[in-house]
Amino acid sequence: MTRLLTPNLVLGAALVVLVVGMAALSLVWTPHEYAQMNMRDRFAPPSDIHLLGTDQLGRDIASQLMVAARNSMTVALIAVLMGGSIGVALGLLASAIGGWVEDLIMRIADIGFAFPALLFAIMLSAVFGPSLWVAVLAIAFINIPVFARVTRGAANVIWTRDYVAAARAAGRGKFAISRDHILPNVAAPVIVQATIEFAIAILAEAALSYLGLGAQPPSPSWGRMLSEAQTLMFMAPQLAIYPGLCIMAAVLGFSLLGDALRDLTDPRLTRSRQA
Amino acid sequence: MMDLKGVSVGFGAAYALRDVSVSIARGERLGIVGESGSGKSMLGLTMMGMVPDAARVEGAIALDGAQLARASERVWRRHRARKVAMIFQEPMAALNPLQRLGETVMEPLQVHLGLSRAAARDRTLELFAEVGIPDPEARLRQYPHEISGGQRQRVLIALALTCDPSLLIADEPTTALDAHVALRIIDLLVNLAASRQMALVFISHDLAAVARATERIAVMYGGEVIETGPTPQVLQDPQHPYTKGLLGARPGIGGETPGRGPDGRRKRLPTIPGTVPPLSALPAGCRFSGRCPVELPHCARVRPEPHRVSGNRIATCHLLGGRA
Repeated sequence: MTRLLTPNLVLGAALVVLVVGMAALSLVWTPHEYAQMNMRDRFAPPSDIHLLGTDQLGRDIASQLMVAARNSMTVALIAVLMGGSIGVALGLLASAIGGWVEDLIMRIADIGFAFPALLFAIMLSAVFGPSLWVAVLAIAFINIPVFARVTRGAANVIWTRDYVAAARAAGRGKFAISRDHILPNVAAPVIVQATIEFAIAILAEAALSYLGLGAQPPSPSWGRMLSEAQTLMFMAPQLAIYPGLCIMAAVLGFSLLGDALRDLTDPRLTRSRQA
Repeated sequence: MMDLKGVSVGFGAAYALRDVSVSIARGERLGIVGESGSGKSMLGLTMMGMVPDAARVEGAIALDGAQLARASERVWRRHRARKVAMIFQEPMAALNPLQRLGETVMEPLQVHLGLSRAAARDRTLELFAEVGIPDPEARLRQYPHEISGGQRQRVLIALALTCDPSLLIADEPTTALDAHVALRIIDLLVNLAASRQMALVFISHDLAAVARATERIAVMYGGEVIETGPTPQVLQDPQHPYTKGLLGARPGIGGETPGRGPDGRRKRLPTIPGTVPPLSALPAGCRFSGRCPVELPHCARVRPEPHRVSGNRIATCHLLGGRA
C-alpha cells in the first residue's frame, strides 16, 4: 500500500485551497473596495483596518491580492480548459486515425512547442491591443500542443488494449471507441498534466501582467502589483513581497499537487521529475 | 458461410499466413490448433477483418457471399457483431476497467439494433441469463474487477452475442481460466452454437479443449494449415508428422503415462525438437522441415501439396503423396 498523503500532496493541496479560497471569497466579500484610493492613508502599516496595509495610492493590499487571485485563477482556468480541450481532441484524433494524419498533427504540435509563450503573447497584444483576453488566448494556444502530445501518447497505449479490440469486434467505429473507451482511460494523465499546466498558466499570466499585457488597470493582478512596486522597492518592499508570495504559493501549490497526483496515478514515475 | 481461399497475410517479405483455405458451414464447430506463432490468432483476426494496418491480405475471403479480402474498415464494420463476433483470451484485458458491465453490453444493442435504453437493458438481462450469469440484475452495475475470470468471459460472450452473429470466433477463450471453469465455458460455447445455429471457430493450443469443443479441426504450423479433418479422427490417427508430434507431446493421466523404460527410469515426455522459427526465417518448402523427424531431402525446397487422406481429411506432407 502506497502512502496516499505524501508531503507533496498535503502541502500542495493546502496552498491550492488557500489561493483558491482567497479567489472564491473575493466574489462575495473583500475587506475594502479594492480600487478605493485614499491619499491621506498611503503606505499604511498592517492594522485592524488594513490587514496588510495600503499601497502607494492608499488602496487596501489584502483586497487587491484577493481580487488578483480571482483574475489569475480565471485566466488560468479558461486558458487550460480551452487549450486542454482542443489539445485532447487533436491527440485523440491523431491516435485514432494514425498514419500520415497522426504524423502531420504531431509535427504541427512540435511547431507549436517552438513558440515562446511570452513572445507569442506580445505579438498578439501588438495586433489586438493588451487585454486579459489576449493573455488567455496566448496561454491557451501554448497549451494545445502539450495536451495533444500527452493525450496521443496515452491513447496510443490504450488502442492496443484487448477491450478496444473487443469494441472493434462488436462493430464500434473509431469515433465511438475514442469517446467511450480511450477518453476515460487517458483522463488520469490528462488531469495530472492539467494541474501542472495550471501552475504554468498562473506564472505566465503574472509575467504578462508584469509586462502590462495582462489585466488592465484598475483590475488588479499580482504581476502588475509587482511591477508597480518595483520603483518603490527600497521605500516599501512589502508591496513587492506580498504579490510575490502569492505567485509563489499558487505556482508551488499547483505544481506540487500535479506531481503528487502523477505519483499516485502512475507509481512507476515516482520521484522522477520532468525539467 | 465463411470461406477462405488461398488467404495469405504478409508483413513485408514475411508471411504470417500463407495460402490458407478454410471454410466454415452454418452451425459448424471448427477448432484451430497450433503452437504460439503458428498463425492461429492471425487467422482469427483475418476472419474479423482486424489484421494490423501494416499487413497485406491476399486471396479470397467470402462471408455469406460478400467478398471481403480487400474490404475497407467501413465495410468490415457492417459485418462485425452482426455476422462475425469474437471473444478473447484475457477476459480481464478485454473489458474496459472504467465501464460498468451493463453499459459494455448495452452499447452495441443501442447502436447497432437501435434499441431504447430500457429495451437494451432487458435484452442484456436475457443475454446474461443465456450465458449463465447468476444474478444478472446485480451484474449490470458492477465493474470488471468485481467479478471472477469465468464470469468476465461470460460477459464477453454475452457482448459477442448482442447482434446474433452467425459465426463466433473464440481466440483461446479458456487459456486464462481455471481448468474446471474452462470446461464450463467450453460447454457453454458448444450449447450456444447448437441452440443458435451459430458457427464456432475455437482457437486454442489445448488439444483437450479443442476435442471437447469442436467437430472439425485444422492444425496450423508456420502460418499454414497442414492438416484438417473431423476432430476425433485427427486426434486419434494423425497423418502429418507435426500433428503426430503435437499429440505425442501431451502429458497423459493414469494409464496413459509414458511408464518406465528398459533402464527402469521414467520415460521423458516426447517433444518436438526446436522451436517455431521466426516468420522471416521459415523454410520456403514445407514449413515444418528442419524440425521434422521424418524429413525427406527435398522437403525444405519443395512445397508439399494438400493430400486427401480419406473422405474429408486432408494433410499437407510429401510423405503422403500427391494432390488432393
